Amino acid sequence: MSKEPVAVVGVGQTKHVAARRDVSIAGLVREAARRALDDAELGWADVDAVVIGKAPDFFEGVMMPELYLADALGAVGKPMLRVHTAGSVGGSTALVAANLVAARVHGTVLTLAFEKQSESNAMWGLSLPIPFQQPLLAGAGGFFAPHVRAYMRRSGAPDTVGSLVAYKDRRNALKNPYAHLHEHDITLEKVQASPMLWDPIRYSETCPSSDGACAMVLTDRVGAARAARPPAWMLGGAMRSEPTLFAGKDFVSPQAGKDCAADVYRQAGIADPRRDIDAVEMYAPFSWYEPMWLENLGFAAEGEGWKLTESGVTELDGDLPVNMSGGVLSTNPIGASGMIRFAEAALQVRGQAGEHQIDRARKVLGHAYGGGSQFFSMWLVGSEPPDA
Amino acid sequence: MPEVLKAPLVVEFPFTRSLGPVQSAFLTGLRERVVLAVRTSDGRTLVPPVEYDPVTAEEIRDLVEVAPTGTVTTWAWNHAPRRDQPLGTPFAWVLVRLDGADTALLHALDAPGPDAVHTGMRVRVRWAEERTGAITDIACFERYEGSPDGGDPAEPTGHTGEFDDPVTGIVARARLEYTYSPGRAQTAYINALADRRNVGERCPSCRKVYVPPRGACPTCGVATSEQVEVGPRGTVTTFCIVNIKAAHTANLDIEVPYVYAHIALDGADLALHARIGGIPYDQVRMGLRVEPVWTEGARYPDHYRPTGEPDADYDTYKELV
Repeated sequence: MSKEPVAVVGVGQTKHVAARRDVSIAGLVREAARRALDDAELGWADVDAVVIGKAPDFFEGVMMPELYLADALGAVGKPMLRVHTAGSVGGSTALVAANLVAARVHGTVLTLAFEKQSESNAMWGLSLPIPFQQPLLAGAGGFFAPHVRAYMRRSGAPDTVGSLVAYKDRRNALKNPYAHLHEHDITLEKVQASPMLWDPIRYSETCPSSDGACAMVLTDRVGAARAARPPAWMLGGAMRSEPTLFAGKDFVSPQAGKDCAADVYRQAGIADPRRDIDAVEMYAPFSWYEPMWLENLGFAAEGEGWKLTESGVTELDGDLPVNMSGGVLSTNPIGASGMIRFAEAALQVRGQAGEHQIDRARKVLGHAYGGGSQFFSMWLVGSEPPDA
Repeated sequence: MPEVLKAPLVVEFPFTRSLGPVQSAFLTGLRERVVLAVRTSDGRTLVPPVEYDPVTAEEIRDLVEVAPTGTVTTWAWNHAPRRDQPLGTPFAWVLVRLDGADTALLHALDAPGPDAVHTGMRVRVRWAEERTGAITDIACFERYEGSPDGGDPAEPTGHTGEFDDPVTGIVARARLEYTYSPGRAQTAYINALADRRNVGERCPSCRKVYVPPRGACPTCGVATSEQVEVGPRGTVTTFCIVNIKAAHTANLDIEVPYVYAHIALDGADLALHARIGGIPYDQVRMGLRVEPVWTEGARYPDHYRPTGEPDADYDTYKELV
């Protein structure tokens, strides 16, 4: 028996900001969930199950927050489960929810991911002072910056590519009312003049810390037929993982990322992603990850990804727009960031992306990664249902 | 086999919490010696109050005051109170259904012993002397048999939950105590470092040498035991220049800018991370040959410095980047 096709019929997110002091965690997730249900024109009773994700518990210091969020998400008397795959969690959470529909376990599933970084301490939560170990922690930027340098060496990319990405993403964010950073006076010169934090990564090439939540309503063919607005159809979805560190690990282009993309393309019948996919919303917390992931995802040959960025192909009006929403570089509630990528892909193929809507968005890739470049989750959504 | 290292590990952090409208009213009420509940659309009264109806999922904001007196619905005796528990002497954990409420609140009951506690007993709130807008504003519950003069001082006043100067956030300390052990393989590594030697382990299957060793090969999934000394010299495979001080207290004594580098020790199959010194930060480069610099009594090299050898050719280390 073939899988049930999965449709996204509702998308909701909060206006992402540095601190939402007016709401509890329950109030925050509720806001996104309510908006997704409103978009789908559904009520709590129409939802069969809830699948929730967030970053590690220690970020906010609430152990298993899903337990107390059941009432806020209308999950009482229904299955509710939590997914946990570090920064990729928003993507994996959506995929677990999608698989429940594809397997015909449930007809309609609410999936949601959140983070309240203002009430959390990601640095502390991830970097406990372990006995006998040398304290050498330089934050997430310090972890990823050496890999950016390795990419620059390997590809011969000019130093300016990172700033081009940041300038593009921050301008895209101006068209997205939900984006955290709205830098109306952004210029390329300002990006290039911003301080080096972890050389070669500049301040303006780094993601912010955000409070926010994102939710989606996923449903089957029957649900999609009743949908108030055009659905996005899942054409392929996959997750892959690998160890943080091992002999032969390629941090610039991890094997798990390549394998994950290949699986999605196989499911969706994509022979040439550069030709067959219209746009990409990818998890790039530092600007240089755009060209790195373009190669890892097969949109460019190894060492060539930066040329797509430099020639304007990834601009909002380019041939392969990347991070139309403004990306993680403009909005980063960590646990929600993966789902925001997936949701943006869905909004684009539904024609619901508003001012940052691109033309001809028939197939769009949503991408997330997490941990030490070790967890990957991706989906490809389309404006037309998958071939039967 | 030498003894495996162990050490205490305490992690503690003050988390902030934004309360939202309902918890804000509840905790502000406690500060003002008022216990607030929420009323659901089907007429139930919930204490502690919740923001969303557990049955209908609807938002609930209808705050009502309940009495500071109530009835124990069940209990458990706590023989040995632990750090930060409500009372320092043995007490009962109780669920108390306050008069006017349909649900019970978890708290502590001050009682001389378990024989003095029973389900159905009447209790009242003992307010803390200093109240800040926290659940600890209820110091505990205590036995209550009604007021001697016949009047009931505990009658609620019909408070609506509107307060001047409401509490909107709290700080919740999280604290975990572990006994940490790095395990057999890392203990051997750490012990060898005491003699200023880098000893890793080779995978019997793929032959890769791991430093520090983890006791198993993450690629092949097999145990490792063959010890291999590597280094002390190595090659900088990649690096970044750190220009900001980490908020982490353990790093505060490192001056910025400094170079955080990945170093492939000679004979190792993946790089370890270390600081580079003895060279201006802006002259560090990929391929730089380095050696460890030890300080007296330290468990790890303080940093690595240039050996003066010619730089390694990129092709010799590119698989390790």
